[in-house]
Amino acid sequence: MTAAAHPCNEAEDTHVPQINVRVDGTSYTDDVEPRTLLVHYLRETLGKVGTVVGCDTSNCGACTVHLDGEAVKSCTVLAVQADGSAVTTIEGIADGKTLHPMQKAFHEMHGLQCGFCTPGMIMASIDLVGDIPEPSDHEVREGIEGNLCRCTGYQNIVKAVQQAAAEMRGAGTGSAPATHEAVAQA
Amino acid sequence: MTAVEDPTSTASAPEKLVGQARLRKEDARLITGDTTWTDNMTLPGMLHLSVLRSPVAHARITHLDVSGALDSPNVLAVFTGRDFAEEQGSLPCAWPVTPDMVNPGHPSIAVEEVNHVGEAVAIIVGRTKVAAQDAVEKIDVDYEPLPVVLDMEEAVKDGSPLVHDHTSSNTSYHFVFDAGDAGTGGDTEQAFADAEVTVSRRFVQQRLIPAFMEPRSVVVQPSGDNYTMWSATQIPHILRVMAAMVTGIPEHKLRVIAPDVGGGFGGKLQVNPEEILCLLVARRLGKPVKWTETRSESLMTAHHGRDQVQFIDIAADREGNVKGLRVRLLADMGAYLRLITPGVPALGAFMFPGIYKIPAYRFECDGVFTNKVPTDAYRGAGRPEATFAIERIMDELAVELGMDPLELRRKNWINAEEFPFTTVAGLQYDSGDYGKATDQALQLLGYDELRAEQQRRRESNDPVQLGIWFSTFTEMCGLAPSRVLGSLAFGAGGWEQASIRMLPTGKVEVVTGSTPHGQGHETAWSQIVADELGVPFEDVEVLHGDTAISSRGLDTYGSRSLVVGGTAVVKAAEKVVAKARRIAAHLLEASEDDLEFTGGKFSVKGTPGAGVGIQEVALAIFAAHDYPEGIEPTIDAEATFDPVNFSFPHGTHISAMEVDTETGFVKIRKYASVDDVGTIVNPMIVEGQMHGGLAQGISQALYEEAIYDADGNLTTGTFVDYLLPSAADLPHFDTGNTVHPATSNPMGAKGVGEAGCIASTPAVVNAALDAVRHLGVSDIRMPLTPERVWRAIHGGGDGGDRATAGTNAYGGASTETSSGVSTEASSLGGDK
Ligand code: FES
Ligand code: FES
Repeated sequence: MTAAAHPCNEAEDTHVPQINVRVDGTSYTDDVEPRTLLVHYLRETLGKVGTVVGCDTSNCGACTVHLDGEAVKSCTVLAVQADGSAVTTIEGIADGKTLHPMQKAFHEMHGLQCGFCTPGMIMASIDLVGDIPEPSDHEVREGIEGNLCRCTGYQNIVKAVQQAAAEMRGAGTGSAPATHEAVAQA
Repeated sequence: MTAVEDPTSTASAPEKLVGQARLRKEDARLITGDTTWTDNMTLPGMLHLSVLRSPVAHARITHLDVSGALDSPNVLAVFTGRDFAEEQGSLPCAWPVTPDMVNPGHPSIAVEEVNHVGEAVAIIVGRTKVAAQDAVEKIDVDYEPLPVVLDMEEAVKDGSPLVHDHTSSNTSYHFVFDAGDAGTGGDTEQAFADAEVTVSRRFVQQRLIPAFMEPRSVVVQPSGDNYTMWSATQIPHILRVMAAMVTGIPEHKLRVIAPDVGGGFGGKLQVNPEEILCLLVARRLGKPVKWTETRSESLMTAHHGRDQVQFIDIAADREGNVKGLRVRLLADMGAYLRLITPGVPALGAFMFPGIYKIPAYRFECDGVFTNKVPTDAYRGAGRPEATFAIERIMDELAVELGMDPLELRRKNWINAEEFPFTTVAGLQYDSGDYGKATDQALQLLGYDELRAEQQRRRESNDPVQLGIWFSTFTEMCGLAPSRVLGSLAFGAGGWEQASIRMLPTGKVEVVTGSTPHGQGHETAWSQIVADELGVPFEDVEVLHGDTAISSRGLDTYGSRSLVVGGTAVVKAAEKVVAKARRIAAHLLEASEDDLEFTGGKFSVKGTPGAGVGIQEVALAIFAAHDYPEGIEPTIDAEATFDPVNFSFPHGTHISAMEVDTETGFVKIRKYASVDDVGTIVNPMIVEGQMHGGLAQGISQALYEEAIYDADGNLTTGTFVDYLLPSAADLPHFDTGNTVHPATSNPMGAKGVGEAGCIASTPAVVNAALDAVRHLGVSDIRMPLTPERVWRAIHGGGDGGDRATAGTNAYGGASTETSSGVSTEASSLGGDK
């Protein structure tokens, strides 16, 4: 994470800081109130509403994005702290029309129902597999502990993460990469 | 459970999609972030609402000054209860369970008095959400405290302070079902008088919070005298009717849309104060408005679930034949009656007899007001409470009789050959085989091996003891036959509507009145229609959740979507085929009777090859150049299905629990369930529903409890304090199915949404007790926190309240008498 001015230092300052941030491959420059959370900047200023807010105590993980490649809960990061950084959201992980293996695996393993936790769950899981390329059932469960899902009971999420991990290691199931259209039609 | 593949696919017998684990259509947008959650919506000129909420549980508002907020930057208006007193009416309660039920009325925003923490006191309208939120603190309110009523058992006593001083007591209603009076059973008092053995217990169903992951959100856009409301709701149709009645906006001027909705579990089966307030503010200002709650607001003010004290008595002979059942409930309504608040415990009345043949039964329930947020539907709504009580008391009876609890169950349950079976509660159970489900579940678990291990741990005095136990359950689903709902004084029917539009290009639009929020209707309905019409799965689009598109519907709850809504789709498809048949006959110059319809194609019997597809018929009738005289040029059709009976899924759930007797820590070692949900349309979705239900039912047993302190503050008001299980807290589930089709609908589906949640709670508690019963423990109050379990093992009793001195939930001494409430009236520890 790139260091930025600590928000408290700005408290007395009426100056609204400007940030430069790259989100899903596009560079943005904006004036943001120092207290603005990254998740609110993404949703309200940039319209990146794929990333959602599920709580106000940093417990649910629904807001998880990647900040310079690391999964963070974007409700725990100030927008100014992302200055100079690259942010990846759920909207930026597919390669054009080709889904990320984690997206594909959530679809194929029925790792979602209402889908509200899904963006955060997928972003956290990609990070997890980056750290542990072949996670056990237990490691997946521990690894996504910070992401709550009220619908699935997690079992199919665990399966999805393991399937995606296999594909990301190159030991995939052999199924063709899915596209948005293919999923819609599946 | 694995995907069901149909290996044979021939031209003469087209492959059926129903029964296949088709991947979900709706995933495409949900995995990419292309979603339409209500909070994603922005409209030109849209204003944002924030709500000042009462910090006290019961008080008179003596002073309210909003000028500070009005002076705040970017604040356009501030409204109080007085501003809307004349037009806000009362939030609706659609289920007056008794003719003399007391409904104190439920303002959307408090006018003179607040009755629970979190009740709306003022609304700030800002240019941005931040501006509206910042101004909340600038409102000045004085509250004159009134006595706080929290404990149901205290609240129903003579002389208790009142939640509503214009009522004569805190009892809203007294609902009785007596099988003797109803003619469905014998005399209950006599059965108990004659019984050789009776067992009585008191169980507490703690207060729970549905905690859907998507916070509630509402957007209202006025346009002249028309209004469009987007809401994160399970019930756009019911909301529209009710909001029209409450606000006086004519129903045809109000359109309600439920876009993507992130879970509900009954928690979004509501007409919320904020939905009404958004309408009122939008009407007043003529501007679009949005309100989205924070998680803390959600936990504090969205309705809660459960919260009952159950007194249950069972009578039997020495051989274990159950002779009678008596249930008395205290059900916490909270401060007001919301949409079906009073009906939830009353619905449970019919499920206490469970799967057993019980000759006599009496049920009584008092609905009690307290200064807490109202309770209402939460996954299972009345049935988990009933199932818990009967499955727990059956075990207690077995202990009393010195009998194997499974043996006791076998002796009393309805046998497979006895279906259809009319129970002592007057319900006619459709189909099933409890023995078969139980045998399969025992196998799935590896029962004998675990029992042997339990024995070894017992003998070696292992600090970690093992318990293995059951829940054999049934539930009533497929809500519901309209006439039955009428006889129960429910304010609406239980039918469902579907229509099918055949587009000129052969594509098919299916409109359903049942609105999904995670259940996968778009996929399952497509499977059904693809089979019925013989069109490709991809050619079907399912439309829902918008009252302008799907004009008739009764929405999604009570495991009704497939059973009632799916059947309406089948019926509509049958009508489409019937209409298309006439046109096909005309085009083929054949008699209708000579046509057969397979694989989407009409052909003349005996002349295969020639024929016309239903999708071609759709184009032909769109052009309408050549069609029979005397009919209208369309093959579109709609159908309304009103079931004649409920459906009755059943199953056997077995849990193996490890209990650490030194720390009180409990862990699910293994969990197996075999459920009969009738015919399965999509086994992948069914399995997913089971998993989710299991997670919530297990979580009631082990983790969740909404706790109020002695002043009526919710001390579990964030996800830090209200424990939703993470992946690390839940086990792997081994699930299976038996299939006995329902008899009340042509598909044979029974419903699956609530099964896991209903069955699992008693299985987990029974198993934990099985692990420590030899240590003298006969009850542990839910949730089974390590603290409680440890106290039950080492101090006796049921483990008492969670709120103990030194914790943030502590509010004076703890009581043993009420669910999740600490009062000064009772001693610490809560041992009975
Ligand atoms: S919204 Fe960020 S953790 Fe819940
Ligand atoms: S899919 Fe609904 S919260 Fe996870």
